[in-house]
Amino acid sequence: MSCTVHIPSPLRSYTAGALKVPADGTTLEEVLASLEGRFTGIRFRLVDEQSRIRPHIRFYVNAREAQELSAPVGTSDTVHVICALTGG
Amino acid sequence: MAATLWIGTRKGAFTVRPDARRRSWKLSGPQFLGHIIHHIVQDPREPRVLMMAAKTGHLGPTVYRSSDRGRTWQEAGQPPAFRKAADGEPARAVQKVFWLTPGHASERGSWYAGSSPAGLFRSEDCGERWEPVAGFNDHPMRSKWVGFGTPDGELLHSVRIDSRDPKHLYLAISAGGVFESTDGGADWTPLNEGCAADFLPDPNAQFGHDPHCLAMHPRAPDRLYQQNHCGIYRLDRPARRWVRIGQAMPKNIGDVGFPIVLHPTDPDTAWVIPMDGQTVWPRTSIGGKPAVYRTNDGGRRWRRFDDGLPKSQAWLTVLRQAMCTDDRLPQLGLYFGTTGGEVWASVNSGEIWRCIARHLPEIYSVTHAI
Repeated sequence: MSCTVHIPSPLRSYTAGALKVPADGTTLEEVLASLEGRFTGIRFRLVDEQSRIRPHIRFYVNAREAQELSAPVGTSDTVHVICALTGG
Repeated sequence: MAATLWIGTRKGAFTVRPDARRRSWKLSGPQFLGHIIHHIVQDPREPRVLMMAAKTGHLGPTVYRSSDRGRTWQEAGQPPAFRKAADGEPARAVQKVFWLTPGHASERGSWYAGSSPAGLFRSEDCGERWEPVAGFNDHPMRSKWVGFGTPDGELLHSVRIDSRDPKHLYLAISAGGVFESTDGGADWTPLNEGCAADFLPDPNAQFGHDPHCLAMHPRAPDRLYQQNHCGIYRLDRPARRWVRIGQAMPKNIGDVGFPIVLHPTDPDTAWVIPMDGQTVWPRTSIGGKPAVYRTNDGGRRWRRFDDGLPKSQAWLTVLRQAMCTDDRLPQLGLYFGTTGGEVWASVNSGEIWRCIARHLPEIYSVTHAI
């Protein structure tokens, strides 16, 4: 069983244009690892080398913001990746 | 193969290609529209290979590689990144890859990258995997060397490699100074004696200076030039004391700027674009009258060239990576891009200029490829 990850437009070059993709994992960290396994490079665009969520990225598990990579993700949950646009 | 100018901008990558006589120019692109492109560099050892430093406003930084002269690009499998911080250590993360330098001619596939915050990275597989250079990034003095930063953060740039020795390296940090390694990056020492740093309390500080651009002559690697926040300098190694050759610039122009570019065969010839470094540092053409200055004698004298450039009300800013030469002697080409999105070209060593592209996004880099 897997969750569904909604992919924002800046990241669809990694998913061949797919708006949502399935991913495995019981935590956000594991879900990102699952994505990285299929879409090399995607994790580092979202999470830095110190495993911190990048400043203009937000993750939501269903309707809840997940502020830590340890946030739980359940089977059939929906993960939204939000790119917070800033600047001109 | 026709020459190509690669233009890195705040909103993507563009190319400008001339006809055989460099009389007409064709703008193409964008590629990576919306990406912030700090540097695009051709590999002189493998001219089909190009490297591009990129990020977007919200996503992390990365590097793209092309092996077909920029027709297609592949992202690095492991972009430049600091090592994982141990408990109690500052947890540094690369905010942007700012600078790219191909490695030594004897080390095919090797590249260096400089980042903000100031970090040095090396790839040995043509940009697929980048590793931190621990000798610099973990140097016990690093935190002191890079403690000043700029409004855009710490910038590590101008990685230069001695053509006689792949282990002899220089780099520059804004602000931090110029540093030298003679052991392939395992250890580094400051090389700033003689450089002014009028923003520091100690006029004789060993580091903390603000080199805007460091250049090494490709055929005379003991000849270094530096366009610094506080003047234009030359250093002939093995000497360690920089000489302020900008003192010979006209007093009403001064010797502040971002780029300095060198003639490909003549170590005594260099070009700069002076900018206004007074009061609050507007960093624009002095008096709204852009000009390029050239020396043909190692900085003893400078000559102004502004033919073809606007004569008034032109407040251009040219960043440190946004000026380059080609090597099509004797009619040497010289090019610069502005933060206002214009590309200017001269096909006679900078003596006469014409605008070859305009209406581009803010230009960060202009590089020449064959």
